[in-house]
Amino acid sequence: MRNQLSKTGLLARGILGENPVFKLALSMCPAVGISTTVMNGIMLGVAVIFVQIFSSLTIALIKNLIHPRIRIPTYTLTIATWVTIIDLVLAAFFPEAYAKMGIFVKLIVAFAIITMRLEMFASKESVSDSIFDALGMGIGFLVGMVAIGFVRELLGSGMILGHDVLGYKPLLFFILPCAGFFVVGFMMAFFNWIEAVYRKKMEERT
Amino acid sequence: MKKTRRDILIVLAAAIVIIGVVALLMLLPQTHKNDGFVTHEAFDDAHSISLGFSKTIDKSVAQDLSNYVVFEEDEPDIQMQPQSALLSPDAQTLHLRFAETLNPDLPHILKINNLDAAGSVTTIRLAQSQWVWLFSILISALLINNFVFTKYLGLCVFFGTSKRKNTATGMGVVFTIVMLVSAMMSWAINEYVLVPYHLEFLQIVVFIGLVSLTVQAVDTILRKVNPVLFNAFGIFLVLVIANCIIIAVPLFMVSSQYGFWETFMLALGAGGGFLLALYLMSAVRERLELAQIPESFQGLPIAFILAGQFALAFLGFSGLQF
Repeated sequence: MRNQLSKTGLLARGILGENPVFKLALSMCPAVGISTTVMNGIMLGVAVIFVQIFSSLTIALIKNLIHPRIRIPTYTLTIATWVTIIDLVLAAFFPEAYAKMGIFVKLIVAFAIITMRLEMFASKESVSDSIFDALGMGIGFLVGMVAIGFVRELLGSGMILGHDVLGYKPLLFFILPCAGFFVVGFMMAFFNWIEAVYRKKMEERT
Repeated sequence: MKKTRRDILIVLAAAIVIIGVVALLMLLPQTHKNDGFVTHEAFDDAHSISLGFSKTIDKSVAQDLSNYVVFEEDEPDIQMQPQSALLSPDAQTLHLRFAETLNPDLPHILKINNLDAAGSVTTIRLAQSQWVWLFSILISALLINNFVFTKYLGLCVFFGTSKRKNTATGMGVVFTIVMLVSAMMSWAINEYVLVPYHLEFLQIVVFIGLVSLTVQAVDTILRKVNPVLFNAFGIFLVLVIANCIIIAVPLFMVSSQYGFWETFMLALGAGGGFLLALYLMSAVRERLELAQIPESFQGLPIAFILAGQFALAFLGFSGLQF
């Protein structure tokens, strides 16, 4: 089964068509748990891009050596190795941001999106295609996290990246952790609505 | 088919209950450590400790404050001495008062010199009953810090398998069992291999490796030994690895320095809490199929908003204390 898309097509698919947060609804734990600020989203997004690219690269390189029965443990251990590396790097060089993200950097190991990309793509396709697919999915995750973080930080603390932009008393509700569920739910509904309106317009035109 | 699945669920639930009862029974010997000379020891409040003895004690020894030393079990360097020692008229009950504020939730060690006989040291461990402590860990993981609704973990699997009550209970039970087995193995390897050899940086690899090996082993064995059970539960096994709770529990265990039974209770509470959350959610989502939902909210968006409402409700448990 060969991949039909070009490199830019792979990138665009990860960011728009199959956005891991809003379309595939995978890796929702960080999207709800720590998306209170844009900065958290960027940091975790970068960590996920790193892990996704290097795990995809590793699996794409050794895909012919893996016995099909033990492929899932192999994927998990590959991901765990790269997560350990990014975990130690972040703890050493960005201790403040690392403290804010808490346990979530370590939990990248259990993010469904990474295992899924290894299973669906990297274990079948060529190395270069796998890297672009991983990059697309990683950036898609980053975009999703930043979008949710933007809404929650703007409404919850009236700031963007730590700069005060609103100048009125913000709604504390959006900083509360349980608001993550509501924000993600309403944003998903919003994107579904846009898609439905867009599709209707296209149908009218044809 | 449906009946066999229900039977299997009942058997699994009974197994979990039996394991829990055996676990509690094995704790029994630990709670009666100070039998013999000291019959009673307890914190009256944050400033005083009361002790009871099986025989009368010497008043001059009991009132010499330099005979007493109290410290928290984890910090033996910070030693405190009582302000006053009051012996009851029958010389069998002793009340110690302290100027410092003690924390009755933490285990304390009290050492008394010359009390039993000249030159002897009586060591008394003051701690909350092990039962209460373990029960509070269980309830905390189950309700107060429910992993789904207050820690926001395991959401992918949570939303994926909460459409039907059958799948919800199946997933919850399989997850609880794998969680218990892998948490106990993680505890043993962490305690006897990783910590003694200073290999803590390997924790993530080892913990997730143990989980995937457990899942793979159960998968292979079940496929051969009991195909009926495999058909009912096999599909959930792969999903267990994609659940962040399975790796969050060992990490939490390490950061809180939990022992064997504490880890057992944490894993049981985490699995039970996941089962509870799945069951609640599936009960509501089955009803939702009859409701008229705006088109763009159908499916996942409304499920997220529902989960948010459950999370708000679970905030109420944060007031629960022992």
